[in-house]
Amino acid sequence: MAKPEGVVAKPGSSKKYKTGSWRTKKPVFKHDKCTDCRICVMVCPDGVIFGADKEYHADMDFCKGCGICAEECPVNDIEMVLEVR
Amino acid sequence: MKKPEIKESLLAPGHKACAGCGEALAARIIMDAAGPNTIVTAATGCLEVFSTLYPQSAWKMPWIHSLFENSSAVAAGIEVALKAMGRENEAKVIAQGGDGATADIGIGCLSGMFERGHDVLYVCYDNEAYMNTGIQRSGLTPFEASTTTSPSGEISWGNKTDKKPMPEIAAAHKIPYVATATVGYVKDLEKKVKKALSIKGPKYLQVHCPCPLGWAHDPALTIKVAKTAVQTGLIPIFEMEQGKITSVRKIAKKQPVEEYLKLQARFRHLFKKPGGEAEIKRIQQIADNNIEKYGLM
Ligand SMILES: Cc1ncc(C[n+]2csc(CCOP(=O)(O)OP(=O)(O)O)c2C)c(N)n1
Ligand SMILES: [Mg+2]
Repeated sequence: MAKPEGVVAKPGSSKKYKTGSWRTKKPVFKHDKCTDCRICVMVCPDGVIFGADKEYHADMDFCKGCGICAEECPVNDIEMVLEVR
Repeated sequence: MKKPEIKESLLAPGHKACAGCGEALAARIIMDAAGPNTIVTAATGCLEVFSTLYPQSAWKMPWIHSLFENSSAVAAGIEVALKAMGRENEAKVIAQGGDGATADIGIGCLSGMFERGHDVLYVCYDNEAYMNTGIQRSGLTPFEASTTTSPSGEISWGNKTDKKPMPEIAAAHKIPYVATATVGYVKDLEKKVKKALSIKGPKYLQVHCPCPLGWAHDPALTIKVAKTAVQTGLIPIFEMEQGKITSVRKIAKKQPVEEYLKLQARFRHLFKKPGGEAEIKRIQQIADNNIEKYGLM
């Protein structure tokens, strides 16, 4: 009989790989002027910004530091800073 | 006040898309709008490669990749199988492909899927070139963009043709729903996915996805680049139902095409080489034609 071809992978198993190590800059959520608009949550390509009630943060295990959240925050409440490891 | 639970996306993190990838953002928005009872197929391309690096998968729903050209045919087979089992009400089917997979290599299979009337939403992630193999031009690469197979140099400017009218080609199949969307306006994208999935029959959704690597722009500017494309008129955002345009996103404040072009190094030659101004005028003409054709203002 022919061998079955292909691979079956566990759902969401990509999380075993931590893309946070790619980062050179990290988003700092200042929790100062936040209006709860949730734009940062919506525009994160990796879907790793979480929170509520004007307190949001990025999951540093996965945040690649693209800076879209800081760029799109309408009240400049997120700042990209050089990461020192 | 109790904070709501953290909700992780159906496209899990840890995938290997570049920082700032427009395609990854689009896929995440689309999957979360579609919900877990969805079966997804994928063509070969960045989305497939970055989300399923062996032996892992970022997908939290049933997902299958077969070949570059047949994601629509595989989806059609899944839809027919669901029907044969009497389970068509249990899951939606989404087929996905890049612009190369959609407008060039898989256009035959896609046309067949439309013609046979399968109840499938086809999503084209339009990052305007074959990105996964290193930025080769496709039928959806815009006029004058420099790619590795349409380079700007001494004897050429860039890509010689303008974007193939894929949404109109899809609509010509008399399918019930065709729409364009962009990661510049994610709420609109979300809304269109939900609407498409509520309609029976074949649907086509083309999503404009900036590629920081291939377009050579700052990864932080992905949303800005996408929005500027819309605000210049170069990327019209509209819906077509039963072959007729039923809605368009109006341009809030018209911007000259330079504002879009200058954000990306794939258009850098237009600002450097003598004669570039005339080429930019031709691109402005494309934008103005779109504004007139789709009634964007
Ligand atoms: C039949 C076939 N031809 C060529 C390839 C090589 N190939 C793999 S991905 C890819 C580019 C895909 O481009 P696109 O569909 O635009 O998706 P993107 O990577 O840009 O998201 C190519 C040419 C292949 N896998 N199969
Ligand atoms: Mg592509």
